[in-house]
Amino acid sequence: MIAFENVAYSYGGGDLLSDVSLRLAPGSFHFLTGPSGSGKSTFLKLAYAELQPTSGQVTLFDRDVKSLSRDDVARTRRRIGIVHQDCKFLDHLSLAANMALPFTVSDRESSPQDMNELLGWVGLSHLSHALPPQLSGGERQRAALARAVIVDPDVILADEPTGNVDWEMSLRILTLLVELNRMGKTILIATHDLNLIRQAKAQLQARVLRISKRRIQLAGADL
Amino acid sequence: MKLPAAKPASPATRALQVVPPSGPTVWLTSFTATAMTFLCVFALALSLASGRLADRWSEALARTATIRLSAPPEQVQIQTDAILSLLATTPGIASFRAIDDAETRALLEPWFGPGLPVEALPIPRLFEVVEAESGYDSEGLRQRLAAEAPGALLDDHTRWRRPMAEAAGRIRLLGVLSIALIGAAMAAMITLAANAALATNAEVIRVLRLVGAKDSYIARAFVRRFTLRAFAGATVGTLAGLVGVAALPAADAAGGFLTGLGFSGPGWLWPLVLPPLAAIVAFLATRRAAFAKLKELT
Repeated sequence: MIAFENVAYSYGGGDLLSDVSLRLAPGSFHFLTGPSGSGKSTFLKLAYAELQPTSGQVTLFDRDVKSLSRDDVARTRRRIGIVHQDCKFLDHLSLAANMALPFTVSDRESSPQDMNELLGWVGLSHLSHALPPQLSGGERQRAALARAVIVDPDVILADEPTGNVDWEMSLRILTLLVELNRMGKTILIATHDLNLIRQAKAQLQARVLRISKRRIQLAGADL
Repeated sequence: MKLPAAKPASPATRALQVVPPSGPTVWLTSFTATAMTFLCVFALALSLASGRLADRWSEALARTATIRLSAPPEQVQIQTDAILSLLATTPGIASFRAIDDAETRALLEPWFGPGLPVEALPIPRLFEVVEAESGYDSEGLRQRLAAEAPGALLDDHTRWRRPMAEAAGRIRLLGVLSIALIGAAMAAMITLAANAALATNAEVIRVLRLVGAKDSYIARAFVRRFTLRAFAGATVGTLAGLVGVAALPAADAAGGFLTGLGFSGPGWLWPLVLPPLAAIVAFLATRRAAFAKLKELT
């Protein structure tokens, strides 16, 4: 599904990642951890073709990202749900319209009934007409998650999805991600929140990857 | 939880919605289109009117010729008879006449005032010749005049007609150039406005790319908005220009050079092509700017 082979990424003359090899199997659940600035976000950006590797090969759905045109990248992203810590929305559109954006940009429309169900799933039914600036941090994270899954993607990549919310909301978001994984989605969460990782491992089989010294390693039993 | 199923939607309407409805470039695009089209209407009016005027002058001069007779007093009548007899036998001449003293006086009156003693002045006698459809041999006529009426000089207006035709062509060319320049200026202004709008909405564009929007989709949203704004602005500018042209003073004999300035008959329909033309210019300019800027932004 997503594969890294001897991938290196340099920026400004320095290596951020080097010799990274990894394969995300369908239906797997991974955490990616490491200190701030270790390259977690860079890794995710490589995984959704926002960045191209300096060397090595990143394969998305069996296609080398370097061979993808801009339109191919757009089409590929419809199969990847992306959630950011500072989730961005279009502030002039309602929450429901923002959630429906992945449909809108592919010239399709979601059914109101299914949209209501999705809003209910993330607990935001009462805010469907609200504008993004009116939402709290937790509401924005859940809305971003709903937007990421609305087109039924194969993979969900989340970059610090609980970074701006309290513990209770973190657990709620984790529950949603676990539920998605049980629906067959491949999940990769970049986080430095070890408590969240422990909580997840109590619920399912999750692999924990750690970025250390620009390389990715499988984390030990200390987690 | 069931993920929503897709339904078809109107792409154009939905694409428009993703771009914030207002911004600092709204007025710039509309104002530019209005002002440029307003100027374009006047350039068009001037071009058409000048061309028409020159055509009219040229046409009026093209079918007539003048013979001027300057001879000693005792020769005037002899040579007049010779000229009239010669013209009567020249093929290709529809009609001819000698201009009498009263008419000569009337022709000179604007310069010398009324009561001019034409008889006392050495004013040449004039003959008006109107060409037939088939035309006449002006060089042959010139030679026969030289032989039979040595004081006669044929002026077939060629020296007037040629500059007239050249002037008409140049005025038309200037009009077309003015319209092209106005179009280019409008394209440049709209490109700047589109670039500014795209830069202002860089965050919106990033979000759209993140959720899988193709460049063509994002460009469509901006292009459609700018095209509609330009069309609306150009429509206002065209209407204002037409009102301005209609309000110009009516043509009359005292109008001199300005006689006939404006549109005439079906010419009033020409400005109606300007709003669609402005929309096409805006469409092309915004599309080009959008694709270039999108590559730069994401």
